[in-house]
Formats: sequence, C-alpha cells, structure tokens
Amino acid sequence: MTKRLYIVVVGCGRLGSILANRLSREGHWVVAMDQNPATFNDLSPDFSGFRVEGDATRRAVLQEAKLGQADVVIATTHDDNVNLMVAQVAKGLFQVPQVMARVFDPRREQVYTQLGIPTICPTSVAARMLFDMVADGPDQREGASS
Amino acid sequence: MKVILAGQGTALFFLGRAFIAKGHEVVIINRDPAECALLARRLKAAIIQGDASDGRTLKEAGAMGADAVLAVTPHDQDNLVIGQLAGLEYGVPRVIALANDPDNAEVFEKLGLIAFSTTHLIASLIEQRASLDQVTNLLPIGEGRVNVTELVLEERSPAAGKSLGELNLPENALVAVVLRDHKPIIPRGPTIIRPGDRLVLITLPENHGPVLKRFTNET
Repeated sequence: MTKRLYIVVVGCGRLGSILANRLSREGHWVVAMDQNPATFNDLSPDFSGFRVEGDATRRAVLQEAKLGQADVVIATTHDDNVNLMVAQVAKGLFQVPQVMARVFDPRREQVYTQLGIPTICPTSVAARMLFDMVADGPDQREGASS
Repeated sequence: MKVILAGQGTALFFLGRAFIAKGHEVVIINRDPAECALLARRLKAAIIQGDASDGRTLKEAGAMGADAVLAVTPHDQDNLVIGQLAGLEYGVPRVIALANDPDNAEVFEKLGLIAFSTTHLIASLIEQRASLDQVTNLLPIGEGRVNVTELVLEERSPAAGKSLGELNLPENALVAVVLRDHKPIIPRGPTIIRPGDRLVLITLPENHGPVLKRFTNET
C-alpha cells in the first residue's frame, strides 16, 4: 500500500460495493454514493468509509461528497448516462485527476473514450475474454476462473 | 429547418406543435410507446420511439442532416449525453439541452453545450411580474447574464419628464427603445421620457434592480 487515496465510488450496486469494500480494506479513504440507501447494506461490516445518499447528477450532492478533494472517482451506477455525466463533471468541474466510468453500451464507450473519459464496458471486456478463450481452444480454460 | 426534439410529456407536445406551426420539419424522439402513439395522432411530425441517448436512435431520426437538436427530457444526464452525441457523432450545428437542476446549466455550458434552465427563466419572470405591476415583460438572454425588460412609465415615476441624460443611468444599462403612441423612438441623451411611454431596458443582473428604481416609484 503506497499512498492513501481519497476515492469516491458513485453507485453502490454489485460492482460499486465490491470496489468500495476492497478499496476501503486496502486502506484508502472511500466514499460510497447511491440514491438508494438500501444498497449500502452490500457494504461489508469492516467498510470504514463514508456513505452519501443522493442523486449524483446534482452538483450539491457531489459537493457533499467533497469531490473537489478526491484523487479518484469511479462511476458505476446502472445508468450509462449518469456515469458519463458524473465522470465529466468530476474531471471538468472538480478537477479530479483520475476518473473512470462503467458504460454498458459499447457505442457510447467509443464516443467518450475520444472525449478523454476512460470507460470500461463490461460487454466489450466479456466479449474479448470469451473470444480469447475460443481462440485459445479447449485446453486453456483454467485462466478464466479468477 | 429540421429540428429533433427529444423528451416527454406535455411540454414536448406543445414545443413540437410550436415548431411545426412555424414551418419547421420536426422529428420527435420519445421513450414512452403510449405517448408516441398519442403524439403521432396529434402532430404532423415523424415520431420515433426510443432512447435518444442511444446513437442509433439519433441516427434513425436523421441527426446527420438536422439543423438543431433539443434535449428536453426530465433527466439531466440524458440531456447531456443526447446533446454530446448529437454534436460530436452527428455534427448537429445547434444543440440545446434543458438543465432540470438549475445548477446543471453551468455544468452543461462548461461541457460545451448550450443550456437553459426553466427554473431560472420562470423564477426571473415571476420575480419581475410580482414585484412591479408596470413591468410587463422580461427576457433573460445569455443564460440570464443580460435582461431585457419592458416597462410602462407611470405618472408618478421619478423619471417622468426628465431626459435620459439627466437620469444618469449606471454603466452597462441602456434604454434601447421608447415606444410612444405605438411609434418606436431610439432615444439619445436629450430625449425626454413621458408618462405612458413604453421603455425597453437592457440591464445586467447586478444593476437591474437599481436601474428599475430610477423608473418606478419603488424606493
């Protein structure tokens, strides 16, 4: 563990809660944000970060999470457009150095990669992995289970 | 002009109707199938059911050849992405996005869109209507950075019978037009304004109040 980072995870669903738990366990300052407070139940008992309940497309909510001080913002809500907006606002208005957005739609991924917003598209990632597995043939399957 | 409107609800219907009435070619994108059926029956416009923040829907709506796209859905994140896709992917020259949260108007502008906030517009209208009876019209321009106000000069006005020069208006304020007996006069320093004159004022938000006070009885 080199440096302790201030990380805001927007969207505390399946992916967001895994990230928040893990980053918190690794010793980072983590803020988990979601509109629906019930999602905070997915945070593990040893999650030591903060919880912010609210709509991440509202600037007041982002200010409450002190986005201006964040080193990293990860947008993982279930809505592509929310993620793209949060990432751009974090980068453009709050000057967050590292910003990432999860985007389901591969087409949107392309457009926003051009705009300089790093995106992860689970569809593209899964497709690539599956493609590689097919290309590698039936003997190489162990690597995929991690 | 070919205009694509993306949104929902009654505002979308009336907006579409207004553009059609002015002779524009209108394409409407709406997510809701029931609303689409209704719009198709009531408007002479192409109606597309779908998510306008999906590039394929914009393409189907003919974004490639559109002159303007208006993103007026109730969700700011959708309006932002619709606007950006229209501008970046399809090169639509004029893209206007509604900021439902008034704070987001500034966000949108910083991210390169033309934004408007109905909250800002309505609030400033109400403010003017409610505070002064004789102020009959107000139009904020440039995201509210410039106000255009129309007012009728009353008998009791401290400015009645004075020349513009005498009024000594603050800097960055202007009486653009005086309408007297339905005739427009472009006033200069020596022009004397009279009760019953209809004045069109151009002000900035920071001097709007003080300028109005010179023309009304408010103290």
